[in-house]
Amino acid sequence: MRPFKYTRATEPNGAAAAVGANPQAKFLAGGTNILDLMKEDVERPNELVDLTRLKLAEIKEAGGGVSIGALATNTDTANHPLIRQNYPLLTQAIVAGASGQLRNMATNGGNLLQRTRCQYFYDTAMPCNKREPGSGCGALEGLNRMHAILGWSDKCVATYPGDMANALLALDAVVRIKGADGVERTIPLSEFHRLPGDTPQQDTNLQHGELILAIELPKSNFAKNSYYLKVRDRASYAFALVAVAAAVELEAGAIKQARVVLGSVAHKPWRSQEAEAALAGKPASAESFGRAAEAAIADAKPLAHNAYKVELAKRAIVRALMRASKLA
Amino acid sequence: MNEEFHENSEPELSADEEALLNEMPALADVGLTRRRFLKQTLAGSLGLFALDLLAHEQALAALSPSPGAVFADKTAENLVKLALKVNGVTKRLEVDSRVVLLDALRERLGLTGSKKGCDQGQCGACTVLVNGRRVLSCLTLAATCEGKDVTTIEGLAKGDQLHPMQAAFIKYDGFQCGYCTPGQICSAVALLEEARRGDVSHVTEDVSATTTQLTNEQISERMSGNICRCGAYPGIVAAIQEVHSGKKTAQTWGFVDDQQLARVRKEDGNAAV
Ligand SMILES: Cc1cc2nc3c(=O)[nH]c(=O)nc-3n(C[C@H](O)[C@H](O)[C@H](O)COP(=O)(O)OP(=O)(O)OC[C@H]3O[C@@H](n4cnc5c(N)ncnc54)[C@H](O)[C@@H]3O)c2cc1C
Ligand code: SF4
Ligand code: FES
Ligand code: FES
Repeated sequence: MRPFKYTRATEPNGAAAAVGANPQAKFLAGGTNILDLMKEDVERPNELVDLTRLKLAEIKEAGGGVSIGALATNTDTANHPLIRQNYPLLTQAIVAGASGQLRNMATNGGNLLQRTRCQYFYDTAMPCNKREPGSGCGALEGLNRMHAILGWSDKCVATYPGDMANALLALDAVVRIKGADGVERTIPLSEFHRLPGDTPQQDTNLQHGELILAIELPKSNFAKNSYYLKVRDRASYAFALVAVAAAVELEAGAIKQARVVLGSVAHKPWRSQEAEAALAGKPASAESFGRAAEAAIADAKPLAHNAYKVELAKRAIVRALMRASKLA
Repeated sequence: MNEEFHENSEPELSADEEALLNEMPALADVGLTRRRFLKQTLAGSLGLFALDLLAHEQALAALSPSPGAVFADKTAENLVKLALKVNGVTKRLEVDSRVVLLDALRERLGLTGSKKGCDQGQCGACTVLVNGRRVLSCLTLAATCEGKDVTTIEGLAKGDQLHPMQAAFIKYDGFQCGYCTPGQICSAVALLEEARRGDVSHVTEDVSATTTQLTNEQISERMSGNICRCGAYPGIVAAIQEVHSGKKTAQTWGFVDDQQLARVRKEDGNAAV
């Protein structure tokens, strides 16, 4: 690991200003992603501003919904009564990820900003446009079993690997941010992560020095009928091959509205408005879900080693919707 | 016995070797036996290699920042001063900002119970408790532990009295090589508390309902962050289940007794052992 200056932030304005003032500075939260990447020499900050003493860990009711502090741990978030009762989809997604130890360390802000697990991104001997713009994409013609089937570009075929954000997107979350100048703004989660295009080095639309303060969830009508399905190589402690955050609001057996978000198939959590439109007004049934799954995957373009994800995603969507609707 | 390694024999050293030895004043601290051993090694064919080894050891020892230190930060940068409690005792350290808690424990505080498996958050061998919660010490910067309370495997027993989880691991053979065991036990101890709080897991059917009793399936899922290459999982789950539920299960193995031994001993006319 390269040397870096360590500072402990005492309040949000100072933290944002400190990172804003140094292009090579980064925030440190749970450290579970950034320290790993620093050990691998992928991330090379010369300064880390430790956020963990900031009073940003509160989870509270706000504006009819709930506000979740950026520094609250994944464990505390998943187990908070407000979340378990009103947003069980979020609880399920969080506990599907990582391990007990990691969730105790991981914060909500850091979780949103976790980077891809593409093995070429991790291996500094390999070309990777995300790590080193212009060097090429090792995965495009390489081993791409874990990679994207939707929304990729020939500059980068990586996936966003996280679980929590898939549920947050289905629940219409908004991210509250403080800029290096101290000014606050919000970004809907749907505009937070981005597709790779020609600039895969940029994972999100967050600017340097912008500090995530909280994640806000509006009141939800999905608490009764939602399900997070994660398919992976082993039963636990592994990243998803395909994940589905599914939620439906039912009225007399018909679907009033639905959410279908796919994880680990694209550079960002992939919400399928096509699938949701196909479900609206239809009866909750295996047939409706099958048609929605076809609609969600219609534009998929698999790579050499991940064609399996197309069929897997379809089946996972149907299964997640069946579970959400309590038909399975 | 080989003459050269006899306690009282003074080995013949070449003039060069004698001079080199005399130029190293630090040798005086090593003690007679050690000096004699090295001289004897020198007098054998190892010569300059042994001297080089000794020089390295001396250099490292001279750099040691605190008693009990195994390795020293030779090129420490961005020093961070911190005070933390480790197994109930306040420790003051000055560390390079890059030092992770695992290395601080092992190499600065001499607590080598916590193990380094992957150094990347993927195996759980480095699991310790920070403020009562299980975390991975390989991905925790020591600098972030200012004022915190760290418990390692060394801090679980009370004197000679093993922690119930340690005793249960022995009873159920919850290990083979033992490398993952300190992490498994620390993880399991924290898991008990999580269960008491009613925390949910990936295999919880209904996350809005609270249960505090864990099935074996629940224990397996909650322990998935601790990998065991020896595959001691059945014993690990059984040990945790017993401590968690308080329901004793009969030990499935026992030490062989003298009578059993006599039945197979060669000295008693048998073929084996
Ligand atoms: C072995 C392993 C398995 C894993 N498995 C899964 C899994 O199955 N599913 C899953 O979803 N995740 C998984 N993870 C990833 C884990 O969830 C993330 O590493 C974690 O959530 C990151 O949070 P953190 O607080 O530790 O972030 P850090 O590592 O501290 O920070 C990550 C990034 O976010 C930035 N940052 C942090 N907080 C803020 C803030 N408030 N404002 C602005 N920027 C901020 C940092 O500067 C850094 O760039 C796994 C990780 C490991 C090591
Ligand atoms: S897929 Fe993206 S992250 Fe992976 S090698 Fe290509 S550019 Fe890098
Ligand atoms: S050494 Fe820390 S998880 Fe493997
Ligand atoms: S006992 Fe050998 S790794 Fe677990």
